[in-house]
Amino acid sequence: MEKDISGTTLRIAQILIDELKLEDVTPETFDPDLDLVDEVGVDSMDLATVALVLRDEYGIRIDEDDYPKLTTVRIIAEYINNKLDSDD
Amino acid sequence: MKTVSSLLDERWYERYKKISKLNIRSSIYDVTDHCNLRCKGCFFFSSDEHKAASEEKDVSRWHAFVEQEMARGVNLAILIGGEPTLCLDRIEAFYQRLPTFCATNGLIKVPRERFPDMMVGISLWGDKEDEVLLRGKDTFKISSNNYAGDPHAYYLYTITPKQLGKVEQIIKNVEGVGLKVHMQLLSNDEGVDGFSWQPEQLMDVRTEMDDVLDKYPETVISSKYYHEIITSGKMLGRPFGWDECPSVTITHDNRTPQPKRLTNFIRWASDLKTTHRCCTSETRDCSTCKDGAAHMSWVMVNKRGHIRTAQDLQNWIEVYEMFAKLYQFIPW
Repeated sequence: MEKDISGTTLRIAQILIDELKLEDVTPETFDPDLDLVDEVGVDSMDLATVALVLRDEYGIRIDEDDYPKLTTVRIIAEYINNKLDSDD
Repeated sequence: MKTVSSLLDERWYERYKKISKLNIRSSIYDVTDHCNLRCKGCFFFSSDEHKAASEEKDVSRWHAFVEQEMARGVNLAILIGGEPTLCLDRIEAFYQRLPTFCATNGLIKVPRERFPDMMVGISLWGDKEDEVLLRGKDTFKISSNNYAGDPHAYYLYTITPKQLGKVEQIIKNVEGVGLKVHMQLLSNDEGVDGFSWQPEQLMDVRTEMDDVLDKYPETVISSKYYHEIITSGKMLGRPFGWDECPSVTITHDNRTPQPKRLTNFIRWASDLKTTHRCCTSETRDCSTCKDGAAHMSWVMVNKRGHIRTAQDLQNWIEVYEMFAKLYQFIPW
């Protein structure tokens, strides 16, 4: 089943804003292709925090080895949707 | 939202790009429990860490251990002791596989035909008078003879309160033998009389550190932000201490909430089984710890906190560059 990428993207942006306490940005203005590591300073501890929220919300487990690949909101959204698809 | 590229001009952004993907994952290894010096104030002996474990003498086990560490993601081995150069075979187990840094008192020359580009950090505790008082001999005389002009060696100058007013001469001495120097402050674990820092002395030493960085930029590997942090014990308005230290061994880290920390960092004892609490003495009062690497790492792991103003981010870049130079991830 195809999932709504844009909805997932907005939700992930909201989670990042909430968990990392990012200021002056909304899910709608969050550039989904912005490099989270290089441009926002997100590190593996931040990603671990976000991964826990995503696990609870989407029921998926994000492997720690995958963290380096999860560099943008769009990539995280695609990763989640692929995981959800493979579970269907 | 503040982003890196929104805060930096082109020149600073280029500098940032050179370090932003280094992803350094260090751990620290006690290579041996023995040393050829017994320095007053050495955390290893003053806190009895040399008795924590019986050192592994089978070199094949060191080789297997380094393989395990690589599988754990370590990409920088920081070797300390005791005196690591007493056990070159063990150093080689790391050097054959990983970027390796070896701390030493410099009394033994690392054979460059065997370790051609291994970074060596030579400890120095002051001028002849203080070296004799604290370490029993003027080590600079010997170490500078062993390492003069070596492009893969630098002095790690631990400044003591007794060195106030003398820092520049030490820097000149190091420059004179064609080496670089990095500075940190003595934590005085043994409480040697007159060697504990007073607040006004910390302000004075910061000024001296800034001055030598301005005057000897080719010799001194440092940054003014690092000087501010190590002398004030504060970063972004937060005090250094157990609740903030990034260099706590991951298996000992039960802090809640967990602060920003070095990924999977462990400091191993020389039996390759026992782990120490942190990168320095387990008996040290963390609130007065002056460990240079811990303070550098403290800045480095708090990158997002520095994406606040252009100056904050430039400060972060300078500290990261300093660390990357000292461990040979980028050139001097």
